[in-house]
Amino acid sequence: MIINRRNMLGGSAAVIGASMLPRVAFAAGGIGSKRMVFVLQRGAADGLGIIAPVGDPNYAGLRGTLAEDYADAPLIGGLFALHPALERSAAMFASGEMMAVHAVASTYRDRSHFDGQNVLESGGTRPYERKDGWLNRLVGMLPDVRASGIAIAQNIPLALQGAHKAGSYAPSRLPDADDDYMRRVGQLYMGDERLHMLWEESLATRAMAEGMDGSGNMRQAADVGALAARMLTGEDGARVAMIETTGWDTHNGQRQRLGRELRNLDTLIDALKAGMGDLWSDTLVIVATEFGRTASINGTNGTDHGTGSATLLYGGSLAGGKVLGDWPGLRQSDLYQARDLKPTSALEDVITSTCAGHFALDPELTRETLFPGR
Amino acid sequence: MADHSWTIAATRFGYGLKPSAARNGSPQAWLKRQIEDYHPRPRALVGLPSSGLIAREFGAFRRLRNDDQDTKRAARRALRSHLRDAIGARIELAVHTSSPFTERLVHFWANHFAISTEKPGAGPLAGSFEAEVIRPHLFGRFSDMLRTAETHPAMLIYLDQAQSIGPNSRRGQAAAQRGRRRAGLNENLAREILELHTLGVRSGYTQSDVTEFAKALTGHTVPVLRRGRYAAGRDDGNRTYAFTPPLHEPGPKTVLGTTYREDGAREAMRIFDDLAAHPATAKHIATKLARHFSSDDPPPALVNRLERSFLENGGDLGAVTLSLIEAPEVWQTQRQKFLSPWEWSIASLRAIEMDRFEPMQVRRMMINLGQDLWKPGSPAGFDDKASTWAAPEALHRRVEAAQTIGRRGSRRDARALAPLIYAGVWSETSATAVARAESPAQAMALMLASPEAMWR
Repeated sequence: MIINRRNMLGGSAAVIGASMLPRVAFAAGGIGSKRMVFVLQRGAADGLGIIAPVGDPNYAGLRGTLAEDYADAPLIGGLFALHPALERSAAMFASGEMMAVHAVASTYRDRSHFDGQNVLESGGTRPYERKDGWLNRLVGMLPDVRASGIAIAQNIPLALQGAHKAGSYAPSRLPDADDDYMRRVGQLYMGDERLHMLWEESLATRAMAEGMDGSGNMRQAADVGALAARMLTGEDGARVAMIETTGWDTHNGQRQRLGRELRNLDTLIDALKAGMGDLWSDTLVIVATEFGRTASINGTNGTDHGTGSATLLYGGSLAGGKVLGDWPGLRQSDLYQARDLKPTSALEDVITSTCAGHFALDPELTRETLFPGR
Repeated sequence: MADHSWTIAATRFGYGLKPSAARNGSPQAWLKRQIEDYHPRPRALVGLPSSGLIAREFGAFRRLRNDDQDTKRAARRALRSHLRDAIGARIELAVHTSSPFTERLVHFWANHFAISTEKPGAGPLAGSFEAEVIRPHLFGRFSDMLRTAETHPAMLIYLDQAQSIGPNSRRGQAAAQRGRRRAGLNENLAREILELHTLGVRSGYTQSDVTEFAKALTGHTVPVLRRGRYAAGRDDGNRTYAFTPPLHEPGPKTVLGTTYREDGAREAMRIFDDLAAHPATAKHIATKLARHFSSDDPPPALVNRLERSFLENGGDLGAVTLSLIEAPEVWQTQRQKFLSPWEWSIASLRAIEMDRFEPMQVRRMMINLGQDLWKPGSPAGFDDKASTWAAPEALHRRVEAAQTIGRRGSRRDARALAPLIYAGVWSETSATAVARAESPAQAMALMLASPEAMWR
């Protein structure tokens, strides 16, 4: 595959759908068998850390120790490398079941998680403009009247809220509170001597009891992937599923934390694929985040809120194995506001074209419905 | 100042302000208004059965023959549902109330006169105890609350008074003649009244005082529970509590140096009144109130103030409560009380203003956090000190629970909410943590786990 600086997307979003999901592929099982999974990475996932542009001359200098994860990573297409934690994703990339679009962002340009996630989920052009979500409106576009959406969560996230049929399901046993949250609580207690002491003690005790290998989280990720597959292969008409992942807000200790989250994501997708069985060839997975992170490493071995990130796509009939996107470069003058990866593709366009292609919907109508006002 | 004292009023005296609640006038006036508008029988409790009804059910259950397992199982289920209904009503009332101060006072006094659902029979009656003993006397005289508490079937069952028999009573003599050793005096209630409900431990009473008091208490029982001659119907079948003369130990009794002549049921009442008026009781109550509303080691000035108020007003709890509100010590800015699991759970649910929730789910959460409703583990009630609740594992579970509640409340913006709920005390550290949260749900969880949400 040839990567040039300006020729990957051809500037038109519709091209993505046409080029990577040839219409002939949809004939197989008819519209009724198509499934779609939206994985939201809450917390601003570092696109430059997930699919690293290791071939870019400025990359190593900007990323410092963060680049060390990629020391032995094989190049894909001359410029990029997948994070080594994405082991099974790499295999899917090789077999054409995975691809990525780089330098992607929604229309939102400020750097608040709340507002950014609101724009991404609602599909509005401004935060809090809309009360329903694009994923819900997508359910409404599907020709099957029984079609519904399902969130693997305790509550229906905004993206799936709205007029069309949607539910949520989570195992009754509450999942363990995630590590990222626990770390933030630790910071919260820094100013309270007594709580700080108690907190440190409880962490030490728990760590001893459970072991620190994080295998619990991996099991949980596999459970979520398998559960989503069960919901999508069941009789009740769930055609669209949403999964929320957290822990991407890596302001410090990024190498360890990002590696862990990516291993979880890799496990989740693998379990989803296994669970879908034959239906995997009718399944499309979009993994996206509200915005990216700074191009440069910060003073605490992490990265701060940024702009452009990467979107991952998976699916059994994806013509994958490539990294799409108009690579903007990493020179100081290439960066957005001289600090972030400059977005060259709109996340809304990526979603519109992949969904329209996958479900054989009219691209223009899809765009107007999912992302009105764009 | 104004903001700050509102937060104190809301969190120290109540269970946190609902974000939507209006703030009219001064915080002190808001608390006083709750006393003026106090209703001893809130609508949420109206449908719940009385202790009379429940005690009769329990009595009937105990008389069921063992070979009828199906009937027995159904009766046990019905009894258990009384506890479940009462717990649900208490939680819902606390979460939705617009007078959280008076609710907190109800819970304080219910814990002072603690009963425990661990005791068979006391569980189904727990809700009725609070409704019939605590609520009607919340701003009345302590002596009235005391009399009602000690003669309520829940207390009589919990502290074994229901089985106590005067050795020289008619019933005691008859039992002795038949050579039954089990019929006799039970000192449990008498001792706990002195140690926990009135004078306080090590306040000078002796074993002889306990025994004499226990003798005076004989005859105060739950007739519907008794088999045979003194069962329901023989005394007063419609009342659960009834003095049963054949059980009463005859003769004068001397308690704390005062001799009470033989006077049947009224003997115990006279002793209750004298105990309620005793200076040691005033000090004991004042210390507990001060501890609950200021700090684990309450300032002596506050204890003295409340003690004086209690004595000067003849144990008028309305007057004592007013003294509490007006005491400068309870308005000091340092937040030193660590919320108990009950307090934290209620405050968290109020913070996210969730209209509908499953009370039993909340109860399960509280159990997981280390505190089941009306099940304190000892007649002393739940401990009112941080050292009991602020433990590593307990904190960890609370932080996890905050995440669960945070998800339910994620449609609200914690960034805007926190400065309202914790006006004047919301720290820069917490504000930053909430603002930097990676999702609205996480922001809400961090708000509920913040130090501001843990202390009052």
